[in-house]
Amino acid sequence: MIRLTNVHKWFKDLHVLNGVNLNVHQGEVVVVCGPSGSGKSTLIRTINQLETISEGEIWVDGKNVTDPKTDLNALRAEVGFVFQHFNLYPHLSVLDNITLSPIRVKKMGKAAAEQLAVELLDRVGLAHKKDAFPAQLSGGQQQRVAIARGLAMQPKVMLFDEPTSALDPEMIGEVLQVMRDLAKSGMTMMCVTHEMGFAREVADYVVFVDQGQVVEQAKPEEFFSNPQHERAKQFLRQLRSH
Amino acid sequence: MDFSQIVPALPDLWEGMKLTLELLVMAVVGGIALGTVLALLRLSSNPLLSGFAKGYVNIFRSVPLLLVIIWFYLAVPMLLNWITGDFVPVGAFASCLVAFMMFEAAYYCEIVRAGIQSISRGQVNAAYALGMTYGQAMRLVILPQAFRKMMPLLLQQSIILFQDTSLVYAVGLMDFLSSARSRGDILGLPHEFLLFAGAVYFMVSFFASQMVKRLQKRLAV
Repeated sequence: MIRLTNVHKWFKDLHVLNGVNLNVHQGEVVVVCGPSGSGKSTLIRTINQLETISEGEIWVDGKNVTDPKTDLNALRAEVGFVFQHFNLYPHLSVLDNITLSPIRVKKMGKAAAEQLAVELLDRVGLAHKKDAFPAQLSGGQQQRVAIARGLAMQPKVMLFDEPTSALDPEMIGEVLQVMRDLAKSGMTMMCVTHEMGFAREVADYVVFVDQGQVVEQAKPEEFFSNPQHERAKQFLRQLRSH
Repeated sequence: MDFSQIVPALPDLWEGMKLTLELLVMAVVGGIALGTVLALLRLSSNPLLSGFAKGYVNIFRSVPLLLVIIWFYLAVPMLLNWITGDFVPVGAFASCLVAFMMFEAAYYCEIVRAGIQSISRGQVNAAYALGMTYGQAMRLVILPQAFRKMMPLLLQQSIILFQDTSLVYAVGLMDFLSSARSRGDILGLPHEFLLFAGAVYFMVSFFASQMVKRLQKRLAV
């Protein structure tokens, strides 16, 4: 479903991604972790080309996203993306946030889009908030709406860029629950996150990134109990000490 | 001082005020539309487009409005003649309208640009991530938020434009100020009529400003 081959990216002199190779198959859940500044956010943003790359190839659902001939808008319509800071549209109601792209991009009928939106809101437990505005919701609620907004495009894969890092601790659980349900429904997912409990429970494997490289890639039980690489060991120690 | 002659002159003065308001509304709408296009060009990553917009803004902000009005009065018929090969009568109103629109667009451009830049990068990213094109992202996500934020500034600029419309006297248009002046001259009461005109400009501008301030407070909440 997602394949990265020898992906490099430079910000001027800074080598942010240094030859990343990665495969995510249909139905798999992959958790990407690593110290801050390791390039993991940049990495996930290259997949729907919110970040360009300097070298290498990225394929999503059989399409080469770095090929200038690829229709990026059509591709992004199939790839859901959840941001750290939710990025809901503040001037629109929850319902309009969710239906905007299905109606304008996928040309779905208004009634069908709204019905789908209500179903998705129900799934994330927020059907009663459909007429609220983003500013009236808590962070956890906003993030759940953002997930519903992504799902409304009926994507083939969902990408999560630190979806719980901007949340108060008591709100992390509700977002993770939605993500867990989503993973169990068979969605192909790639998540940049430090929520190791989530990784242990639903990830097919964990990818550890450091200094723009995939340092280690293993099943969660192996990664947590027996990390191979020194930097991964150090990272896990620091994570546990918190 | 004899202000008694103002009341019978009011219908005439109202005709002038109608012209002023017509010019104002059309210039504001056209100026904001053109200014928005310029702002989008200015923010474009294409150096040619952004360079053009930057040059445009710099030129129009560096010349007096009065000069632009006179220049367009002379130049627009000439330009049209050159383009169409025919002599097309344009009239002072149309040439003034074009002059105001193009001049004000430079100022509106800077307001709109700041408005767009005040919207977080995350909003564009979200729109793109949900499959929108640049045009859709701007039209559906960025501009509605930006315009809401910059509404007070746009209105404030339009109040200044309301006062500046009086410069059309230079090409002989009968706006509110011109009609007050000519009435005053005819009746031999120039001071009274000019004082009255000043009071009207002041009241309209002042109350409009107060309304903008109130709007600003409401938007800030």
